[in-house]
Amino acid sequence: MTATAPADSGEATGGFGITRSSPDATAGTWVALVVVALLAVLPFVGGDSTQRTLVGILTYLSLAQMWNLLAGFAGLITIGQQAFVGVGAYTLLVTAERNGIDPFLSIVAAGLLCAVLSAPVALFAFRLRGGYFAIGTWVIAEVFRLIALEIGPLEAGNVQSLTRRNALSGYEIDQLRDLIYWSSLALAAGATLVVVLVLRSRLGLALRAVRDDEAGARGLGIDVTRTRLIVWMLASGWIGMTGALIHLNSQSINAPDAFSVLLWTALVIFIVVIGGVGSTTGPIIGVIVFWLVSDEITEWFDLDDPWRFIILGSLAALFAVFAPRGIYGWLQSWRPLQFFPVRRRLVGPGLEE
Amino acid sequence: MDWLNAVIQGILLGGLYALFATGLSLAFGVLRFVNLAHGDLAILGAYLAFSSISTFDVNVWATFGIVVPIMFAVGYIAQRGLFDFTLGEDPLPGILVSFGLGVVIQNALLVHYSATDRGLSVGSLATESIRISDDISVGWFPLIILLVAVGLLGGMQLFLSFTPLGRAFRAVSDDRDTARLMGIDHRNLYGLAMGIAFATVAVAGIFLGSRTTFAPAQGPSQLLFAFEAVVIGGLGSLWGTLLGGIVLGVAQTLGNQIDVDYGWMGGVLLGHLVFLAVLAFRPAGLLGARS
Amino acid sequence: MTDLLNVDGLDAGYGDFQALFDLSLRVAQGETVAIIGANGAGKTTLLKTVAGLVRASGGAIRFAGRDLRSLPAHKRVGMGIALVPEGRRLFGSLSVRENLLIGGHTGRRGDWTLEAVLDLFPLLKLIQRRSSATLSGGEQQMVAIGRALMSNPRLVLLDEVSLGLAPTVVKDLYAALPSVVSGGMTAVVVEQDIEQALSVADRVYCMLEGRVSLQGRPDDLDHAQITTAYFGM
Repeated sequence: MTATAPADSGEATGGFGITRSSPDATAGTWVALVVVALLAVLPFVGGDSTQRTLVGILTYLSLAQMWNLLAGFAGLITIGQQAFVGVGAYTLLVTAERNGIDPFLSIVAAGLLCAVLSAPVALFAFRLRGGYFAIGTWVIAEVFRLIALEIGPLEAGNVQSLTRRNALSGYEIDQLRDLIYWSSLALAAGATLVVVLVLRSRLGLALRAVRDDEAGARGLGIDVTRTRLIVWMLASGWIGMTGALIHLNSQSINAPDAFSVLLWTALVIFIVVIGGVGSTTGPIIGVIVFWLVSDEITEWFDLDDPWRFIILGSLAALFAVFAPRGIYGWLQSWRPLQFFPVRRRLVGPGLEE
Repeated sequence: MDWLNAVIQGILLGGLYALFATGLSLAFGVLRFVNLAHGDLAILGAYLAFSSISTFDVNVWATFGIVVPIMFAVGYIAQRGLFDFTLGEDPLPGILVSFGLGVVIQNALLVHYSATDRGLSVGSLATESIRISDDISVGWFPLIILLVAVGLLGGMQLFLSFTPLGRAFRAVSDDRDTARLMGIDHRNLYGLAMGIAFATVAVAGIFLGSRTTFAPAQGPSQLLFAFEAVVIGGLGSLWGTLLGGIVLGVAQTLGNQIDVDYGWMGGVLLGHLVFLAVLAFRPAGLLGARS
Repeated sequence: MTDLLNVDGLDAGYGDFQALFDLSLRVAQGETVAIIGANGAGKTTLLKTVAGLVRASGGAIRFAGRDLRSLPAHKRVGMGIALVPEGRRLFGSLSVRENLLIGGHTGRRGDWTLEAVLDLFPLLKLIQRRSSATLSGGEQQMVAIGRALMSNPRLVLLDEVSLGLAPTVVKDLYAALPSVVSGGMTAVVVEQDIEQALSVADRVYCMLEGRVSLQGRPDDLDHAQITTAYFGM
């Protein structure tokens, strides 16, 4: 197995180099590509309800990868991402419904707006650490919600719909449904890809250094604040896009739900914790568990909505204490495999491959 | 005059917020643990009081005697049975377990009690007030809450400063390992601290439930208010917690007054903005300076 | 003389990092034993393991015949082991007086009362109410030693008392040592200052990389032996 795209050339360093690949990671990447391809052709093969279910799962995966990037890798444990879901929703409303802009362009606009807005948020939030940072982001999300309610023209106090006349004009119902599906696939796969790329890059290395030892990282010349800010803005923007897509799918927007901490943050956190924080595969596993509990188990046992929170929340709390690396961690201790090529290893003469 | 009245009501409201914040402040001071279930525990306390009243046919004041000891025990067990395992450098497990716990409590209350607003009755005390002038009156009940808050905080300060156990609390908070060298069982102390935190937040919850109505989804708001009171006042200062609660209370009542008079802003929002302003310009809080 | 402390084949460390390897030593009742060695030799780890702050992964520690392995740190104080930690480690939010009082938390009875400790270090009488954060190094060391004595230990472990202190201050501190051990107290003194260590000890152990490299009475050991054992050359 040869090193793929090593970061350092072998000759200058006596035959040693850094590789980010391994056999299982390469295999894992191929598997992922195949799965994405299969999912992409689903609309042609039929299965409306499967498609609908998948949109829900994929949008949650997108949110989960971003929360994991922030909390698991950047040490930014946020309970405020519902702010950007809400902003995404209302951006969609204002641009697509009120001003006739193509809804998919609106999604992109939502992402950009959220990335920009996340910078002043960081200005305040980054003054706090750990648990207080978490609550701080929650407070700021509440401020977003309350300000949205204050802006008269937004009519955020009412439930508003996306109509065929405005936002959804220009698309047939089937066409729209398929495009929403492909968008959710793009956001989920894209989120995973973005996280993998970030971790493979120098930025990712800096992030982990900062997370492990902030003072040490600073001593090495890493600009801690800038590193965190870049990841923060990137994730916030992606969350904004996902929020907009979620509401394009539901076609209904109201402030309490758009800015709901339970729907867009609590469930996401539970997903990541159960699946495995700090790993790129964890959120994928978590989303599957989430689907099982949300859709299947609650149906079998005829349970109301609060029960999925009770079950997932209890699981997450227990995992957080007794299995901090989640289901992925269990799999790892059973068989150390890597599904995505994000880890760096030293290779060279005399070293085991 | 409206404005003066708003300030006075704000100070009284601040007493309730200070009561909420006390447990959060104590848990963080002694254990470095940020309990995100804090608000939901207060609501749990209110519901336990509610059930106690219907089950045992007593009045609200008696429920203090029932709910507070129960919550103290729950807090001790929660610390030693769950939170203890999250101690360490990494804040993530503690945040996750308390957040998850909060969500579970909130939804379990929803399942058991439904989303209907409930209230605890203090009888005529709810409306009795002291007339200060034509436009200003001070409600007896809010005043009692403020006095209880001051008393509790004062009592806690005295306890920490002048008793051997209080000294042990301070030592454990300063340097856990060296405290062990003094023969202090830090796990037991952590349990006691969390027990006290749960007990005080239950007191706050019962008062909240008597002052206004309550419902399962209200927990998070109380957590945020408690947190804001602590940050505004300054981490690490008990009197700061009282001041922070009062500042927040006044900000909220003023904000509501602005809403009434001008049709925008609102109490909760202004409170949040004041919090952000303190965070931006005086991050250590009004009375704070973590030593 | 019976052994008060018996360390037998001790392995200990921090996570993946092992600091002590099959280490054995004994301290008899009433003895003052010095432990010398370079930085990183494991001297502090040894004291912390005896006190219970570091977990032993192998071997045995016996105190007055009782196996300590399963006993948590806060219970060992109750048995009569007191550690004066490296770097003093006073409680910052407690005053000098409160630091001393908390030393007596376990309530062990004995000669060392607050008055006795203040008589040992009269300087402390004047600064009782001061916050411990405002003290000089020497003052802090006095408080740290006094705090340990307040638990009326049978065995006092002193970790690098001289660290960061001026020679005159160190001399004054060690001048108080005879009063500390006069009542039959057993002491283990970890010291960087070899001369000082040899002058107060009945027996000396030298540690190197987690093991005992030399042991004996100060009179029986010559300079060359000590240097070899200290540096491992």
